[in-house]
Amino acid sequence: MGEVKARRFISPSAVVWLLLAAAYFIIPLFATLLISLKSNQTGNCCTAHNYGWVLHNGDFWHTLRISFMLALETIVISLAIFVPTIYLVHLKLPKLRPVIAFLALIPFIVPPIVMVVGLLRTFKGTPAWFYQQPWGFLAAAYVILAFPYMFFSLDAGFRSIDVHTLTEASQSLGASWTTTLFRVILPNIRSAALAASFLTLAIVMGEFTIANLSAFHTFPIFIQYVNESQGFPAGAVTLMSFGITWAAMLSLLLVGRKRGQSSRIIAGAR
Amino acid sequence: MPAGAVLVGAFQNNQDNPTLSNVRLLFNHPYIDAYRTSIEISLTTALIGGVAGLFIAYAAIREGTPKFLRSGLTTFSGVAANFGGIPLAFAFIATLGPLGILTVFLKDHLHYNLNSQGFSLFSKTGVELAYMYFQLPLMILVISPAIDGLKKEWREAAANLGAQPWQFWRYVGLPVLMPSILGAMILLFGNAFAAYATAYSLTSGSVNIVPILIGAYYSGNVLDNPHLAQAMAFGMFAVLALMMLIYIPLQRRAAKWAK
Repeated sequence: MGEVKARRFISPSAVVWLLLAAAYFIIPLFATLLISLKSNQTGNCCTAHNYGWVLHNGDFWHTLRISFMLALETIVISLAIFVPTIYLVHLKLPKLRPVIAFLALIPFIVPPIVMVVGLLRTFKGTPAWFYQQPWGFLAAAYVILAFPYMFFSLDAGFRSIDVHTLTEASQSLGASWTTTLFRVILPNIRSAALAASFLTLAIVMGEFTIANLSAFHTFPIFIQYVNESQGFPAGAVTLMSFGITWAAMLSLLLVGRKRGQSSRIIAGAR
Repeated sequence: MPAGAVLVGAFQNNQDNPTLSNVRLLFNHPYIDAYRTSIEISLTTALIGGVAGLFIAYAAIREGTPKFLRSGLTTFSGVAANFGGIPLAFAFIATLGPLGILTVFLKDHLHYNLNSQGFSLFSKTGVELAYMYFQLPLMILVISPAIDGLKKEWREAAANLGAQPWQFWRYVGLPVLMPSILGAMILLFGNAFAAYATAYSLTSGSVNIVPILIGAYYSGNVLDNPHLAQAMAFGMFAVLALMMLIYIPLQRRAAKWAK
């Protein structure tokens, strides 16, 4: 009779696969690092000059600021819309939940490149302060882009707390709706809201498709411009952009770990 | 829900051309070629990324592999699956471009000239190679829970009945995993099909895939015919919606063993 032996050491084939994966994932990052350290004049290693070039570039700070403010705006608008909505759905309209969950899947089926085509057409006749400003058009697009991530994260947060008991307890103590929302519900879904916010930050800071097609100058557009025009500084700015994405995603993972559940972490800056 | 309303509006617009001529144009040269290239890239990266991702995930999860490797891989995949676009394209140019670190290293030290072997990073193969950087992590993230669902008892039961390891995989393991694997591959397909920024930045828009064609219409590089771009966007939506229709029953099937 056969017997399954407990394996005490890592199997050789597992070593091969993991090493291959490690090589594939690490080499491009390492190459970017090497390129970023090369001198623009001589092509030799190693100088921090490229990082200085980026840090002294006015466009870098300008576009970084636009992207960051856009991310903040998107997060604030999204939370302001979706927290009360999902709260209401959980409290009073549980039948609507599948409908919203379905709507939340739509941005997965409609990729950004398709979405921007629709949006450009939909908003064509709107006033210039909206259509020609990143704070208007782009923010609206990013709220839609962030919607599924907001929804799935907040929905999981609301499901893990007892909305009914909390609301009843708060109201029998005489709290108004706004007090209940801000001082009872919000602190309880804080980690879910934070996770959704970090994810939104990562998405907006890396979003290229919509910004490019609607001709706004955000941070990813600046990176693309450096890629096209400057060889070695492009390595530096690429690594910096990696750093931003990674910081946002790692904060998200830390927040999720504290909560003890994995959150949905598949975004799209492709 | 204003977001929902705009979303619905976003893809209704693609349809509202009074004639079908734009949609009909899609089936002609060169648009049908763009769809073919797009689908080829998506299929290739979904299949290779799916299979390789499965093996990597299994290698990290299986017995004997230290636990920290698994948590490390999961964390990294969570980050890498989200990263793509312009920085990813540059990382590959830095590695395998004409003056990339790896290209130069191979030429100088191993006397192997990648470019004279017919490899170009700015071709379809290059785009596929770069896409794997987000396809593999996505596969690892999506398939890991399914691999966790393979119970140790099944394997012991199979062994007790005299099954060889390959027989276990052939008759138990793979059939149980299959719906999850196919479902994950469809996600990967959609993921690659929708990608724009990576291919755009890598090839400067020279690779002929649908998102790049749509982008070209909007930046006015070619003809300024927004209706055609809308028709192409609608075509993409149709392909992805079809994928979703296959995905949902697969997902249901996969959930059967998850309990």
